[in-house]
Amino acid sequence: MGFQTNFSKVDGLGSSKEGTHHWWMQRLSAVALIPLSLLFVYTFMQILGSGYQEFVDTYSNLGNAIVAILFLIVAFFHLRLGLQVVIEDYVHSKTWKVLLLIVNALFCWGLMGVGVISIARIAFGFVG
Amino acid sequence: MNKIRSQRPLSPHATIYRWPLNAIMSIMHRITGVGLFVGGFLIVWWFFAGAISESYYDFVSCIVTSIYGDLVMLACLTGFWFHFCNGIRHLFWDVGLTFNERNVMISAILGLLGTAFLTALSLLSIYFWYG
Repeated sequence: MGFQTNFSKVDGLGSSKEGTHHWWMQRLSAVALIPLSLLFVYTFMQILGSGYQEFVDTYSNLGNAIVAILFLIVAFFHLRLGLQVVIEDYVHSKTWKVLLLIVNALFCWGLMGVGVISIARIAFGFVG
Repeated sequence: MNKIRSQRPLSPHATIYRWPLNAIMSIMHRITGVGLFVGGFLIVWWFFAGAISESYYDFVSCIVTSIYGDLVMLACLTGFWFHFCNGIRHLFWDVGLTFNERNVMISAILGLLGTAFLTALSLLSIYFWYG
């Protein structure tokens, strides 16, 4: 039994082969976040609330900077995919859904960019 | 017709049943996931401030470690560990493991215990680091 509509049978293009793309990206980032989030949180918990010099010293360390940058990239990628599902599930007005999906994408990519460049600036020794 | 139909009384169905533990875990996964956006925003703000100047870093650090900031970060920490533990349950199901009523119940309880343990461990280590 086929699940294609009459139109797509006539159209004959088949599927776009990307049906599981969103799902797969969500799982892939989830797996990456298991070690990354543990490493990030371990350092972050020690440094939150400390003085400026200690903060700069910590994230000038190559390992800490790499972990923090990778964590922010993967976490905001994962967050965008997750929030997208929540929006699609609960927002039924088409206008609001599209608007929120745009806001979601811009915020997540934007925060990721701001975070990554900020850490890079500290790691490359431009401050402190 | 649709209008008439929408005015007919509905007998209560989904809402009158007691929530199974796994349903609570499922909605909590979403709630913590959405809530962690706040934690992510604060962390980026903190890094951004650190990349600007010492005085701006001190300003943001002061807000994030104020009593309200601490409460938000504690909620994020608990939410993070919940999402972490429950996410691992989801990954097990995704490869077809532990996918029956009994194991789902066991892993739900393990997930909650794990969340409590890891949150307590985090708080203890923060306590020891800061003396």
